[in-house]
Amino acid sequence: MLRTHKLGEADRIITLLSRSHGKIRAVAKGVRRTASKFGSRLEPFMVVDAQFYEGRTLDIVTQAESLGSYGSDITGDYSAYTAASVMVETADKITDDDGSLQQYLLLVGALRSLARKEHPVSLTLDSYLLRALSIAGWAPSFGDCAVTGEPGPHTVFVAQLGGVVADRVAPPGSPRLDSRTIALLASLLSGDWADAEAADDRQQSQASGIVAAYTQFHLERSLRSLQHVDRTTA
Amino acid sequence: MYEGIVQELIDELGRLPGIGPKSAQRIAFHILQTESVDVTRLAEVLTEVREKVHFCVICGNVTEQEQCSICRDPRRSHATICVVEEAKDVSAVERTREFKGLYHVLGGAISPIDGVGPDDLRIRQLLQRLADGTVTEVIIATDPNLEGEATATYLTRLLVQPGLRVTRLASGLPVGGDLEYADEVTLGRAFEGRRVVEP
Ligand SMILES: [Zn+2]
Repeated sequence: MLRTHKLGEADRIITLLSRSHGKIRAVAKGVRRTASKFGSRLEPFMVVDAQFYEGRTLDIVTQAESLGSYGSDITGDYSAYTAASVMVETADKITDDDGSLQQYLLLVGALRSLARKEHPVSLTLDSYLLRALSIAGWAPSFGDCAVTGEPGPHTVFVAQLGGVVADRVAPPGSPRLDSRTIALLASLLSGDWADAEAADDRQQSQASGIVAAYTQFHLERSLRSLQHVDRTTA
Repeated sequence: MYEGIVQELIDELGRLPGIGPKSAQRIAFHILQTESVDVTRLAEVLTEVREKVHFCVICGNVTEQEQCSICRDPRRSHATICVVEEAKDVSAVERTREFKGLYHVLGGAISPIDGVGPDDLRIRQLLQRLADGTVTEVIIATDPNLEGEATATYLTRLLVQPGLRVTRLASGLPVGGDLEYADEVTLGRAFEGRRVVEP
């Protein structure tokens, strides 16, 4: 479940990312009324096994069984809620009707990880964003130069050029990153948690800034939830 | 598509919450076929409501005066504040007759995906009302859905101060629903069974 919109008096339009049919928009009838049995299952961050029938304009949900109930654990932790909001908004923006099993599995795994508090919220979000963008075809380079392919280490990151770049192709005045921050970004992309969690606060916040800039560059600054991310808790 | 002003009316009606293009068209034609005196009255009320009604300077409820009737009522307890998302939730809670304190209307729920963060709600005003220590209990009565729960979590973390009890309505309210649709009995029970929440 990615997001919901109120429709009429008691219904919602729901957007969900499916395992094999891409993004689906459908109507959930009566879910805002008190007696609805669907209500709690058709909320963002939930994983459901849903059935639909074809409606006139949008499909209508007829059944929904819960497969993963992450909503209450996520809303119980405000930082996790803001991070999960960015995840579902990103998934909504970078997927379409074609379907991507990889995007689906990545999102479900990231929401489950947030709900179970497996890793610090901020790192979980940054790792999700880097990987979601990579699956979408925008894998950043943190090793070789993104322009010339010269082997690293390089310490200048330029979102527009697709990753770290050699000094001689870097635009003048590009900020230089700590080499540990570059290593952290590489760990977040590959999912090396032991290494990522060993990074200090300054490196983590520098990496978060890079990930945010890289994400907004590719999504044309359209992510509204990103500015509301709460990074106050570890 | 209809000619000029008729289409304009349909477009304007279609902008209202919960009104799709079909309903907008139905209402537009209803207005066209209605006695002109009734339509004039509707137009007057619409203009009047925009001119006269605004938000209570204390709690954010709708009122025709500077302060709403609840904030002005000397019989209401000033020790308890019930926090709700919308002004219509105030009437939902009032219908239960369970609550004798004051309200605070946030103006929505925290929803990052819709671009709504804590600073976009009347949270700062709530903190100001708590500053002098008169209030000893804040009851968080946000909607029992995702955004409402997350807003409650945020407030619980924010409202930690000595001498203040923060409570949340008892579960039993249907998850995923809107507070305004809860019946009086269920909502009344949720008030009675409210529990202290800790960050
Ligand atoms: Zn008031």
